[in-house]
Amino acid sequence: MFYATLEGLRRFNISHRFEFLSIISLYAKWIREGRLKVDSSWNKDGLKFTVQDPCKLVRQGLGDAVADDLRFVVKQVAGEANFIEVWPNRSNNYCCGGGGGALQSGFAKNRREYGKVKFEQLKKTGADVVITPCHNCHTQIKDICDFYGGGWQTTHLWNWIVRALKR
Amino acid sequence: MPDEKPLDIVRLRAWVKGRIERSVPDARIDYCLTCGLCASGCPATGIDGLDPRKFLRLLVLGQDDEILKTNWIYTCTMCQRCRYVCPMGIDVGRIVYEIRGMRPRDERPRNLQRSCDLQKETNSTGIPNEDFVWVVRDVLEEVRQNEPEWADINAPIDKAGAEYYLNQNAKEPTVEPEEMVPLWKILHAAGIDWTYSSKWWDGANYCLFTGDAKDWEMTVRKQAEVVDALGCRYYINTE
Ligand code: SF4
Ligand code: SF4
Repeated sequence: MFYATLEGLRRFNISHRFEFLSIISLYAKWIREGRLKVDSSWNKDGLKFTVQDPCKLVRQGLGDAVADDLRFVVKQVAGEANFIEVWPNRSNNYCCGGGGGALQSGFAKNRREYGKVKFEQLKKTGADVVITPCHNCHTQIKDICDFYGGGWQTTHLWNWIVRALKR
Repeated sequence: MPDEKPLDIVRLRAWVKGRIERSVPDARIDYCLTCGLCASGCPATGIDGLDPRKFLRLLVLGQDDEILKTNWIYTCTMCQRCRYVCPMGIDVGRIVYEIRGMRPRDERPRNLQRSCDLQKETNSTGIPNEDFVWVVRDVLEEVRQNEPEWADINAPIDKAGAEYYLNQNAKEPTVEPEEMVPLWKILHAAGIDWTYSSKWWDGANYCLFTGDAKDWEMTVRKQAEVVDALGCRYYINTE
């Protein structure tokens, strides 16, 4: 969880010599620099994608800049026209309900109850694939998809980057 | 309204509020306008009869017993959307963090506390470090053998002086090891000089959610020490 380390370093004033980065911004940087070559020609059937902006990475972490990087990568990988925005989004994203240790805390009924709003938002996009860069979001979004009967695939981003890789 | 119970002034102790204000001086609890913007965008609204605004009112009105016993604090996901929309910048998630920390350890959700305790030993799923190293090597060998176009792929561990240090969510080596492979492929294709560490390699950290600052600090400090000891310039978080 990006925020756990970022905020931990800050709040406890932990001295360190490294720079702390998100892999999402790096994917975008490497694609922009031509270091990572991807194209969307594999997506012949026009599979539609949307994203879940993780609270810990976006609102509490690097803000809209990383949300934009996430969209940039998905568009490069899946094709510009195959990206559908969820609303609300970026720093204003509605929490999926899986964060804060909710998946560990054991109040599954509550977790699914508030996951319903997220389910409706995602369903409305009509996307076939929901990209979830965070494990908590991943587990929660997969669970509400199964529970409420959504038809999408819940996946990490890396599988699709590899799919679109040109070496 | 004759049916409504008047506020019990005797209970108006506000001990919890005072304690939060001492540890979070900019909590601004009394500035709440009761506008309800937080509640309207909060996933925990309505659950267990509470929402961020009501929760804050209980705090302001010194209803300490209620505050300390409600499990609503585990329904709040600490997503901080309340803070993002609040005209007064009040961060209910941050307040919830403090209150979670006021609960005795054995009255916290068991699995949540357990994930943090495991992380303090090794990582949040508790697989031994040797198993992590073994799984990485085993999966790597498999890729090299089964996918000729990736025969030269690598997944270094404890490589001193690598430019990038990569953490790994413990869930992958524990239950879905094949999910590590795409990452390695991407780093390889981009020509990145990277390494894992054989210790403190888990990037998930549930100690952020138990409310115990000491535990959280310890786990982040250990990670930072490992990355600095390896001499890596960048620390990549994977989620
Ligand atoms: S948004 Fe802020 S000011 Fe409005 S009710 Fe919530 S905490 Fe109070
Ligand atoms: S941090 Fe908690 S109270 Fe605030 S919006 Fe998120 S879930 Fe609701």
